[in-house]
Amino acid sequence: MGRSKGDLVIFVSKRLIQLVAVLFGVVTITFFFTHVAIPNPCYVWSGPRATQATIQQCIDKNDLDKPLFDQYVLYLGKLLSGDWSTSPRGVPVLPTILAAFPETLELVLAALFLMVAVGIPLGVIAANNSGRWSDHLVRTFYLSGWATPTYLGGVVLSIAIGPLVGLPHSGNFGSIPSFPEPFHMSVIDALVSLNFPAVVDAIAHLILPATALAFINLGIATRMTRGSMLEVLPMDYVKTARIKGLSDFWVLYKHALRNSLISTVTVLGITAGSLLSTSVVIEEIFQWPGVGRYAFESIVKYNFNGTIGVVIFFAVGVVVANLIADILYGLLDPRVDWR
Amino acid sequence: MRRGSRGLYRVLRANPLTLVGFALVVLLTLTAVALVIVPPISAAFGHPMSLTPYDPNALLPCPTVGNQSFCAQPPSLEHFFGTDRAGRDVFSRVLTALPLDLAIGFLIAGFALLTGGGLGLIAGFWDRPGTIGAAVSLTIMRITDVFLAFPSLVLALAIAASLGRGTIPSIIAILLTWWPYYVRLTRGEVLAVKHQPYVTAARAAGVAEWRILFRHVLRNIAEPLVVYFTMDVGTVLVVFSTISFIGIGVPPNVPEWGNMIQAYSDYLLIFPWVVAFPGLAIFVTVLAFSLLGDGLRDILDPRSRRALSQAETTTRAPAAAATAAGASG
Repeated sequence: MGRSKGDLVIFVSKRLIQLVAVLFGVVTITFFFTHVAIPNPCYVWSGPRATQATIQQCIDKNDLDKPLFDQYVLYLGKLLSGDWSTSPRGVPVLPTILAAFPETLELVLAALFLMVAVGIPLGVIAANNSGRWSDHLVRTFYLSGWATPTYLGGVVLSIAIGPLVGLPHSGNFGSIPSFPEPFHMSVIDALVSLNFPAVVDAIAHLILPATALAFINLGIATRMTRGSMLEVLPMDYVKTARIKGLSDFWVLYKHALRNSLISTVTVLGITAGSLLSTSVVIEEIFQWPGVGRYAFESIVKYNFNGTIGVVIFFAVGVVVANLIADILYGLLDPRVDWR
Repeated sequence: MRRGSRGLYRVLRANPLTLVGFALVVLLTLTAVALVIVPPISAAFGHPMSLTPYDPNALLPCPTVGNQSFCAQPPSLEHFFGTDRAGRDVFSRVLTALPLDLAIGFLIAGFALLTGGGLGLIAGFWDRPGTIGAAVSLTIMRITDVFLAFPSLVLALAIAASLGRGTIPSIIAILLTWWPYYVRLTRGEVLAVKHQPYVTAARAAGVAEWRILFRHVLRNIAEPLVVYFTMDVGTVLVVFSTISFIGIGVPPNVPEWGNMIQAYSDYLLIFPWVVAFPGLAIFVTVLAFSLLGDGLRDILDPRSRRALSQAETTTRAPAAAATAAGASG
């Protein structure tokens, strides 16, 4: 088996090359989808009362009079040089996305944390009691999460449950005096500035949207853990641990779970990518100032450059999340050959 | 199928949740079919009849107290799910939306199963290095990789927004983004099956390639596809209703669960029934398909069936690793 350091470098660089190819495909497809569907967005942007001159100006500015393929080459060049074009009002796309991204990352990480903290123990419980009522209960719970559309969960959490339990239900931090935000991640920023009331407040703001985001995917962590635990539990080394007289907790979490975590970790990495998509709905409902909300606004306001930008940016996110999952899987599972 | 209906019955009885899911799916499907076919058929026989108690878009007279009229009535025997602020019967609207939402779930998931599954079969079966088949397989898989990287909801939203708002654009948007996972799933299953002894034996016996593909490979990979498809009907439905929740899907006057929830989400605390019943409808429908699919997985997957019956598993099944690697690689 090739598992030396050199093999690892090959393993990672192979995937990086694939990543570039995939991203090139994503950009190409997005460009042609949007430009064929809407050959000339200037009429929408300039509004019904626009003069011919303004429309012409808009066409010139966006190179819309050139052949489609030339536009594509121009767009690729601009994309690579970091100029992701602007919204109809002239706000540059890439800086807006980059500024909003840490907020989304914070939300996604919090949701992943909830999925791990709740989903994995539930999976262990279900596997340890497979076929019994607690297994059925866990299954009903995670399938309920799956069956609740994100927007429904978000609406119920933000309008009914939030006020009921007294948690802040929107991303607006009105009550707290401002503090420096070097990372644009409220919890970390508050921690760095040693503003502990703000830490509590930031966490409180995070709970509802993160729960809404985690709820639909809770089942993935639970089901993966349950499935792999069911494979591990009948194995000899687990039985040996039980016979040695180790406590149930120790056997389950120390011996069995460790080996079943590999596939769970991998799947969580992939889920992180899909959480980005879901954040569009959640951030709009909770008025969370992240990329998802920017995507929502771009879509409803016909800001095509913004929409394309977010699609590409999220595609990068998905591919990177998959890459991390892939590498983690290769590192964790000794059976994977790195060559 | 390897296991007949007797086995299915036995497992359904042993697992009450799967039975519930199965019963609900049958009930919902029959109701949806009845909702569509009863009005025209009854009209053809001269007795026009509708299964919804009221016209879903009719503005019913609102009860007035003094000068104020109260259109949003809580659930009662007259209006099972209450009425909304415009005085429309929520029960009739929820019921009218059922055929639309279910049909879209089946249609899109079915289309994805056929196209994605077909491409996956090709990519998995004809991939001997150096042949034209291998080049085709490689092309299919690279294109699939690109589509898999798309944030499907965002892309669907972007396409729906670019094509113009409406039911058809949102269907097209989901269709375009939905097939890739089926390619990967099918290909993974084909790769796992095609070097099994029975396939080699069939080939050695001189069975034609296409016959091997359909009789030996397809039959043995059908089960995971069926499981995934079952759960996917619910997922598609959720995505479709999300697009209308955002307001770029179904027009506001067409009853659809997502846009019903959107229209009244701000009034959740004042008249909750207007949001609760469409929400419940979508929840129950998706849950039914998930329960059925999740149960089918345990029934059809020999690995977990063995685990369920607490039998001995001496070696750790490599299939889990294959699944995870397939999902990530």
